[in-house]
Amino acid sequence: MTARPIIEIRGLGKFYDGFEALKNINLDVHSGERIVICGPSGSGKSTLIRCINRLEEHTSGELVVDGIELGEDTKDIRAVRQEVGMVFQQFNLFPHLTVLENLTIGPVRVRKIAKAEAEARARKYLERVHIPEQADKYPAQLSGGQQQRVAIARSLCMEPRIMLFDEPTSALDPEMINEVLDVMVELAGTGMTMIVVTHEMGFARKVADRMVFMERGEIVEVAPPDVFFTAPKSERCRAFLDQILEH
Amino acid sequence: MKRGAGTVRRLRKLHWADWAILALLGLFFGYVWFQIDGTLKYKWRWEIIPQYLFRYDEEQGRWVANILMQGLINTVRISVLAGLLALVLGTALGLARVAQNLTIRMLARTYLEFLRNIPAVVVIFIFYFFLSEQLIAAFRIEAWARGIARGENAWIWELFFGDMRRFPSLISGIVVLALFESAFVGEIVRAGIQSIPRGQREAAQAIGMTWADEMRFVVLPQAMRKVVPPLANEFIALVKNSAIVSLISVHDLTYKTVELVSSTRAIFEAWITTAVLYGGLCFLLSLLFRRFERAER
Ligand SMILES: Nc1ncnc2c1ncn2[C@@H]1O[C@H](COP(=O)(O)OP(=O)(O)O)[C@@H](O)[C@H]1O
Ligand SMILES: [Mg+2]
Repeated sequence: MTARPIIEIRGLGKFYDGFEALKNINLDVHSGERIVICGPSGSGKSTLIRCINRLEEHTSGELVVDGIELGEDTKDIRAVRQEVGMVFQQFNLFPHLTVLENLTIGPVRVRKIAKAEAEARARKYLERVHIPEQADKYPAQLSGGQQQRVAIARSLCMEPRIMLFDEPTSALDPEMINEVLDVMVELAGTGMTMIVVTHEMGFARKVADRMVFMERGEIVEVAPPDVFFTAPKSERCRAFLDQILEH
Repeated sequence: MKRGAGTVRRLRKLHWADWAILALLGLFFGYVWFQIDGTLKYKWRWEIIPQYLFRYDEEQGRWVANILMQGLINTVRISVLAGLLALVLGTALGLARVAQNLTIRMLARTYLEFLRNIPAVVVIFIFYFFLSEQLIAAFRIEAWARGIARGENAWIWELFFGDMRRFPSLISGIVVLALFESAFVGEIVRAGIQSIPRGQREAAQAIGMTWADEMRFVVLPQAMRKVVPPLANEFIALVKNSAIVSLISVHDLTYKTVELVSSTRAIFEAWITTAVLYGGLCFLLSLLFRRFERAER
């Protein structure tokens, strides 16, 4: 690929007062690429993707998203955030707003588009995540799987160029995991650039262009899924895969 | 009521210790009574009190509020208006306490510590002489209020602010009380804001909201719902604290009682009546708030 990567991460480091959570991370992500990040708990996966939309500030290195270098400038940060959707493990829907309001608040307040248009867009994305009938309910009235799909739709309503997922199915009951993964697979089919932190290896095999394995704040291995799952180069990666694929 | 393992069992029968406490209380009040009645030779004149609540106005041909009632109505006016102003100022202060800008946070903190560590009466005088008086002079509020009092729509204004000739004094009472209460409202609002889970703010930030929009559309609407019960309690405290504005000659219930006492010498009757009026007002408010809270659930 010759086009400029949509995300460029160069020598990225992150310290949490004294604790080094990310060490010299280098990764380029191209438009339309799907990256799945895995690794043991505490290895810095969340920290890394949270740096991409600056929910965390990196302490060294360089991070360029959609041509904008992330620094102190708050306008730049907001510009990046509008292009980068994020889905959290705990959904983080706004409990005081209806599903529809959850979906329109970003477009109306941030993108400044008309309310009617935002609602039409919201209904379109609710359709995409297969819950058009829940528009007027409050988040607390929905199941976990439905809430996470609303959260995905909320991000999509901003029409971002990149979607980040931080263990989107980890907080769900097992029977609801697939409904969320299905939506994510469909989204991958639309050509969206996605970075997904997950331990759902079936999903990873299906959609990932590249797998990233992290441990102790470092990227240990980057490989396409067929190589990654059959012949990982590093011992640590192999041990990790054995452990999670055992079940 | 459920009687689970966690709830305290409420005794329905009085124990001997309870009788002892009641007897001691009885003795104490008996002694006080004896002192007033026997030693001071106090002559109770309860019969004069009702006319100071309401009196019959011959000119208008109807019953009108007399000084104690006027005082109570003023106390309610001051409390409601100061409460609203304190809510606005307190919300601003609460926001300032969690602002991103360090200077703003420090200023808010300084204001708060100033109010917390200085006696209310002193604060009130400082606000009165340094702020209220200057504001009233600067905005020519005296002249403006006198104009209204003479104008045609005076009655609307009087509904909210009472006698317009006393408007400047009322306004300084309201401003001073609101400034004083804003510190406490501010702390309640700050606690409410900080009780909103971090994920809510992150979700707002992740869609690119500004700090102000994040507060306005995500944090405050949730925080305000949480702080309604403590704010209701604070409002009751405000009604009681409003008595100190009598020190800056605002004609509230306390001020009117002082007036009544100096003209009639009915010290005990007047103060007991006033205590009952304050107590009744606050008790009614707490009943009302409790009902609202129950309806919310
Ligand atoms: N806000 C924080 N303050 C201090 N340490 C943190 C903070 N967030 C994460 N960490 C630490 O950084 C490391 C990486 O965390 P995280 O990125 O959440 O890992 P993962 O998502 O891979 O489980 C962990 O050791 C964690 O304890
Ligand atoms: Mg994590």
